[in-house]
This record gives sequence, structure tokens and C-alpha cells, in this order.
Amino acid sequence: MSKQYETVIGLEVHVELATKTKIFCGCSTAFGAAPNTQTCPVCTGMPGSLPVLNRQVLEYAIAVGLATNCDITRYSKFDRKNYFYPDNPQNYQISQLYLPICQNGGVEIETEQGGRKIVGIHEIHMEEDAGKLIHDEWEDCSLVDYNRSGVPLIEIVSEPDMRSAEEVIAYMEKLRQVIQYLGASDCKLQEGSMRADVNLSVREAGAETFGTRTEMKNLNSFKAITRAIAGETARQIDLIEAGERVVQETRRWDDAKGESYAMRSKEDAQDYRYFPDPDLTPIRVSEEMLQEIRERQPEFRTEKMARYREEFDIPDYDIDIITGEKPLADLFEAAVALGAQPKKVSNWIMGETLRLMKEREVDAADLRFSPEHLAKLIALTETKQINSSVAKEVFEVMFEENTDPEQYVEEKGLKTVNDEGALKKAAEEVIAANPRSVEDYRNGKEKAIGFLVGQTMKAMKGKADPGAVNRLLREFLQK
Amino acid sequence: MKIKIFNRGICVCALLDTNPVMRKKCAEMEKNMANMINDETIEYVGILAKLELSAEEKEQAKSDMGRMLDYIDKLGELDTTDVEPVSHVFPVENVFREDVVINGDERERLLSNAPQEKDGMFVVPRTFE
Repeated sequence: MSKQYETVIGLEVHVELATKTKIFCGCSTAFGAAPNTQTCPVCTGMPGSLPVLNRQVLEYAIAVGLATNCDITRYSKFDRKNYFYPDNPQNYQISQLYLPICQNGGVEIETEQGGRKIVGIHEIHMEEDAGKLIHDEWEDCSLVDYNRSGVPLIEIVSEPDMRSAEEVIAYMEKLRQVIQYLGASDCKLQEGSMRADVNLSVREAGAETFGTRTEMKNLNSFKAITRAIAGETARQIDLIEAGERVVQETRRWDDAKGESYAMRSKEDAQDYRYFPDPDLTPIRVSEEMLQEIRERQPEFRTEKMARYREEFDIPDYDIDIITGEKPLADLFEAAVALGAQPKKVSNWIMGETLRLMKEREVDAADLRFSPEHLAKLIALTETKQINSSVAKEVFEVMFEENTDPEQYVEEKGLKTVNDEGALKKAAEEVIAANPRSVEDYRNGKEKAIGFLVGQTMKAMKGKADPGAVNRLLREFLQK
Repeated sequence: MKIKIFNRGICVCALLDTNPVMRKKCAEMEKNMANMINDETIEYVGILAKLELSAEEKEQAKSDMGRMLDYIDKLGELDTTDVEPVSHVFPVENVFREDVVINGDERERLLSNAPQEKDGMFVVPRTFE
């Protein structure tokens, strides 16, 4: 590659809002119901049915707009986006084109170089989700489930301000964090409650004008986004280097194959013939409504971080990680409120919790164990009723099933044995059985004690306090 | 013959009557038509609306659409400088519902209109991207 290129990226992020009902009807949005059992004439596009806006959707959209420094559009309305596809029973999607509810915002992200930059938000609009299509391989047909049809979404459209995959991920994490703090969505990429379409173009470094962009869909993890950006950047540069042109089109990323392919044929011209929806009334956002929403805004991350520094004696690094995800911050605060020492709670979150989350690919929003049980586990170790390796073992069980640690320790008989006699007996036996290690220790090999402690713990079936065992062995060996 | 281009809420129904008086009127209007729809446009609109039109129907649709646009152009004769655009004819704003589940499971009724169903879902011709 002779020339230097710059990648220019803008994102369209769809977020499913955490309302109880759909955007325009009183059907439940609960996940996992049997197909088509959460539908009605409105969300299945029956002629004559009339949509009515869910107030909570409007309030969430405004709250997200305020939290991302947007102007709130005081007079807003809905438009119809027309297209034919079986996931869309009305043959149009109700969305907002002309007067989206939020405009001209932006969020600050950290760049790879450790600097900061603002990623502009062009607009945020409200819209409805489509149904789900299931492809029936046996009968060569498709099946339609409209449970998701009409589930409320906000679409956050950024400016083309990002220049790398790292910036894209930093921007998305920022959005996710703000939205989770608001409780407006759980923002799970894998489950599709947060989805991103990547608009990408390349241009020669220093060029003023943008290149032709493509839009990539079907990106459901940060890893897939990173790979797709690398793949599409390379594809566009190859085209330009070969003297060919980039075609403006929608492409679908196939993460398994690591390549994208053009999605729509000419037969599906992207001409949505938007027009105002006459079934829905315009929205006028009053000063009072805005003020009420402003007053209800929660404590956001920056404020929380400042408060943690004031209130709790834990490292800045821990504060950064814990406040990075709302569910972790909630867990931390609840356990501390139950009387657990902040540093201990922080250690359990930073250590075992994050380790198991990573190992078992569990989102913070899906953590099963309660703050009560974490506080109990901490109390058990603090009072030396169990030792640290038993605590880890109990935690693993708790992590999976939210088991009550007190009950579990009791039932499994995991409490540290404080029976001095039994411990002494075990230690003596270990010393007698391992003359070599005893010899080593006496000759100044400090490490040998570790082996003896391990053997004694094993003899005690792990139910001893390793500190006490260590002390006892040293005592015996000095004789 | 009738050509209907459907959009829920908007139904543009171009009706070519067999009535000779109407026909004559149409012919007169066509002569003075300001908006001429070309073949390319009618082809494109056909694709968007998923309509397959015969050559004869295309010609018909071209003249119908031209006349519709002429009619819409009439609005341009009015001075609307100080008129705010409206999307709703009634002076109603902020009609909301509370976020409360009121609908139950009506799957059976919903599917009773389906030409074909399987496992509680609508069966449609295979779609793929």
C-alpha cells in the first residue's frame, strides 16, 4: 500500500427500551413468550386499528437525549417508512424522519492515545421494531412471529466522527453506560437489545471530502464490530488501489467467514417514501415535562465516581471498573449498605466476579447472585468461619445459582475446624510422613513449609485456616 | 378497470370509469396535462409498489398519475407563506397511553385469518437476504 488511508465511521445504534408494553399498544414486551402470543390488531397491522404512543417511550427517549447533550425537539412527530417485508405487517415502519425527538448532541470518549474527543450525535429518534422471521429449512418457507413487532426502539445516529474500531467501541460503551444508568435498556448486544449498523468509508489521509460509504449490518458483539471494520476498510482500500469504485450499498457481515456481502438487490430500491403518520398526534414537549424528566435523571457515572472517592476507601482503578457498568455499581452499593466492608466487596467484584463473568461469558446485567448473599459470604470469611479457598468454592456455586452461602456452608460442612486437637494431630502426621520436606525446611528452605501447609490442609479436607496451620507447623518444626 | 396503490391510511384509487362523459373529461384533462410521467418512473413506482403492470396498464397508470400530480399542483396556487405545515387535521397533541399491559394472548384469533400457519406462526414464502 503506497498511500496512507483514513477510515471514517458513523454509527446507527438501535436500543430496545425497557418498557413493559410496546410503543403503540398495550401488548407485553416480555422476552421468550410463545410465538404470536403478545400481539394485537395494532402491532399486526390490522386495518382500522389505531396506534397510541406509550408515554414511557417518550420519557426514556428524552432522558437519553438529555444525558447525551442533545437539544430536545419541542414539536416532534412520527413518520411512516414504507417497505415490503413479511417482518413488517403494516408495510411501513412508524419512525421519525422530519422532526426526531432529540438532535445535535454528543458524548465524550477516550481515544487510544489517551486523549479525549467528542463523538457528535446527529439525532435520536423513536421507532418500532419489526417481527421475527424464522427460516424453516425443511419446508423451504419462512415463519413469522410478531411478538417483537412494535417493541419500542430508539435509534441513535452519530456524526461520522470515529476513525477506528477502538473509538467505535469506546463510543458504544459510553452509550451503553449512560442508557443502563438511566434504566432505559439493558443494552445487551448478544440478545439484540443494542444493535449497531456501521457506516464506513475510507479516504486518503488529509483529504477534505468523504469517500463513498457502505453500511454494514448484523454486528452483534464488539469482536464482530472490530473484525467487520478491519475487513471493510481493507476491502474498500483494495478497490480504490485497483482503480475501482466503492459502491454505496448495505452489506451484511458474516462473522464466521470474516467477510461481508452486498445485501439488497436492485429490486429493493431504498426509497422509503416517508410521510407524516396521520394516525398519531404530534408531540409538544412542554417546559414542565422537560423539567420533570431532568429532575428524575439518576446519578451518572462521573458523579458516582466522585462520590465513591469521597465515601469509600477503594483504589481509583476499582472505582473505574465498578462504575463502568451500572449493575456492578448497584451490586457494590447494595452489599456495602448491608454492612460489608467496601474494600472487601470491591475485591470480590474485581476478582472472582469479573473472572467468572469473563470465563462464562456472563453480562453484568445477568449476574444471578444477590448483594445479600455476597455480604453474607464476606461475613463468613471475616469471622474466619471459612477460609479463602472455601470462600471461592462457595462463590462459584453462588455465582451460578444464587445459593445462600450460610446455608451451603452449613449443609456441606465447610466450616473451618477450630478443633485444636484435630489440627495438631494432622500436623504431626504430615511432619512424620514428610521427613524430606522437614529436613529442607530446617536447612533454610523456606518454600518447604508451603508444601507441608498444603498437605495438612489436604488432611483437614480444606477446612482449616491456612494461617493457623502455618503458625502451628512452624511451632512444631522449631522444637 | 381499477388500479389501486395501497398504503394503509392513504389509498389512492384511480378509477377509470366506463362512463362516456367521464372518459371525455379525462381525455380533455390529459391534453392539458402539465405532469408527464415517463416510462422509467412508472417502472420504478411499479417496483416500489410490487405491482406487475401490462403495457396497457402502464400507459393508463402514467396518465392517471400525471393527472393526480396536476391536481396536487393546484395547492401550489395558494399562498402558504404564513401557514405552518400540519400532519394532522385536528388540533390534538400529546395523546399518550400509560405503560400498562392490557392485551392478552389472542393468537388464535390472529391466526384465524392466515392462509397458512405452522407452530403458531404465519407461513410466508421463503425470504432471505
